Amino acid sequence: MKVYGDGMSACVARVLLCLHEKETEFELVPVDLFACHHKLPSFLSMNPFGQVPVLQDEDLTLFESRAITAYIAEKHKDKGTDLTRHADAKEAAIVKLWSEVESHHFNPAISAVIHHLIVVPLQGKTPDAAIVEENLEKLGKVLDVYEEKLGKTKYLAGDSYTLADLYHVPYTYYFMKTGHAGLVNDRPNVKAWWEDLCSRPAFLKVSPGLTVAPATN
Amino acid sequence: MSGIKVFGHPASTATRRVLIALQEKDLDFELVHVELKDGEHKKQPFLSRNPFGKVPAFEDGDFKLFESRAITQYIAHEYADKGNQLLSPGSKNMAILAMGMEIEAHEFDSVASKPGWEQICKNFFGLTTDQAVVKEEEYLLGTPTKKLFEERPHVSAWVADITSRPSSQKILL
Repeated sequence: MKVYGDGMSACVARVLLCLHEKETEFELVPVDLFACHHKLPSFLSMNPFGQVPVLQDEDLTLFESRAITAYIAEKHKDKGTDLTRHADAKEAAIVKLWSEVESHHFNPAISAVIHHLIVVPLQGKTPDAAIVEENLEKLGKVLDVYEEKLGKTKYLAGDSYTLADLYHVPYTYYFMKTGHAGLVNDRPNVKAWWEDLCSRPAFLKVSPGLTVAPATN
Repeated sequence: MSGIKVFGHPASTATRRVLIALQEKDLDFELVHVELKDGEHKKQPFLSRNPFGKVPAFEDGDFKLFESRAITQYIAHEYADKGNQLLSPGSKNMAILAMGMEIEAHEFDSVASKPGWEQICKNFFGLTTDQAVVKEEEYLLGTPTKKLFEERPHVSAWVADITSRPSSQKILL
């Protein structure tokens, strides 16, 4: 398996976490994001949306980190961590439910904050404080729902770690480096969940690659 | 199989996703109306079905779900042997299907739903359409929206195909 991307990209990190959880060999093929190599025709022929990561497995080319991770988790369902609860249709559906929550409720808010606090300054521009504020509020409301859920189950989709938890990791790692880590730390169940996610061997392998630092704010 | 309930609104696109899937699978179900105009989806008891306060919510017997794409995938897998096949055989085909679903969710939906909300839903709720938002999205969806699809023959043919299916005809009116 080949993963095209850079370990500093949150979406690439999702795929790397999954590969490590499934104890699967892979090769990381570097794509120079600062030089915009992901917008070159050679890359666009793999992903017409010009985004990392891209996965190649023999004759299969895939993009979209959540489709890639679902494929890896399914292909290697009999080894490593059970990321999908595939043996039970209802448990599997609950994993998909909380994966959709990450995708549609959590990700838009947190990625907007990360974009303005980390990416925009790297481009030499000024962050839009109103957008940051608006999305911090949205994120807080999502985390309120998580706080209640994590009081009932150890992980989001139940009592074992699944893709639903994994999808949150890279952006949350970056978020905890901003001045707003209180949103997590002030919610005891969310805080305990986050600390658990950070203790996993796969996380310890992937987090050194998450090297982008926020502007001090 | 009885015991399937969808809690939603017939005009909600997310609710329609689920209704179309149920039609494709020839499944009996009950649509329990949630009055969006009265904010029913933001209050109890609906919030205990979906703490994010969005339609649809779903029940199959005592099994409960929300998020339309999780619901439709559950329906497709649980009732794989009924009605039309909505899944692709083999892990590589499933991966390509998953990729298509992610493209819809992240590239298409975020762009398509904004003008849809501005032009259709706001009217429905008695709010004023923000023309600035509609104009901003114009470069992607145009006015009328249809034009962008008509200019692309393969996309146009695909839209004609999926909207002519019996399930679409039934749900989209």
